[in-house]
Amino acid sequence: MLSIDRSIIDAIVAHARRDHPDEACGVVAGPVGSDTPARHIPMDNAARSMTFYEFDSMEQLRVWREMDDRDEEPVVIYHSHTATEAYPSRTDVSFAGEPGAHYLLVSTREPDTEEIRSFRIVDGVVTEEPVEIVDAAVDPNAVQSYMFGQSPATVDYECSGR
Amino acid sequence: MAIEVRIPTILRSYTGGAKVVEGSGDTLADLLTDLDSRHGGLKGRLVTDAGALHRFVNVYVNDEDVRFLGALDAKLNDGDSVTILPAVAGGAFGFAAAAAIASHAVSTRAAR
Repeated sequence: MLSIDRSIIDAIVAHARRDHPDEACGVVAGPVGSDTPARHIPMDNAARSMTFYEFDSMEQLRVWREMDDRDEEPVVIYHSHTATEAYPSRTDVSFAGEPGAHYLLVSTREPDTEEIRSFRIVDGVVTEEPVEIVDAAVDPNAVQSYMFGQSPATVDYECSGR
Repeated sequence: MAIEVRIPTILRSYTGGAKVVEGSGDTLADLLTDLDSRHGGLKGRLVTDAGALHRFVNVYVNDEDVRFLGALDAKLNDGDSVTILPAVAGGAFGFAAAAAIASHAVSTRAAR
């Protein structure tokens, strides 16, 4: 399961909408071993394409070194599909080189709603996982009896079963 | 002559988990051959059967992408630092078309 703060998801969706109809891409770094996405880093799509994305190799070197210096790792690697569903393509699987990362896909094909899905891609095998979007402003463990009638602190996107 | 090589997570199974290894060679190709003698299989993950650098990795000498330094023919000196990273790429397009576009993009960038 990917657990991620709503403010980060909002920033990723905003990035994907901004670059639409080109694909957008980026990273969310987090402390090594924490599995917690904490620092959103939008990246340039060097391919500037509606059907392909590629990190600029020099920007990637800078960002990966910075993560190394801060004892961070890429917890989430995201990109958008702008005319198709949020499911990894064969190209995505061929390139997936971070076995510890959550591969987050956002589809912007619908103008009003986003499809957000997350996958593990290890040795060419794709496994979908649920996405839990957390509102950091609300402590989910605090005063649970007061939750009646209020908006929930988390929203779970279950796997589609595909 | 010692050259420091930084290994990405996905290839550390070839280096016994080591993040940094040392090797030697006058060119990147020589270095990878030297590394492969101690870390068997590593070279095959970086170089295609046709003898070219794989599309799925980025290799840097100090602060430069080796694709702009002659790729496997890139010259190395004692004290250089080589960094290997997984290339991050993908997209909705089919692989063959995407690879063709990407190699075109690299060649046009190199020609600039």
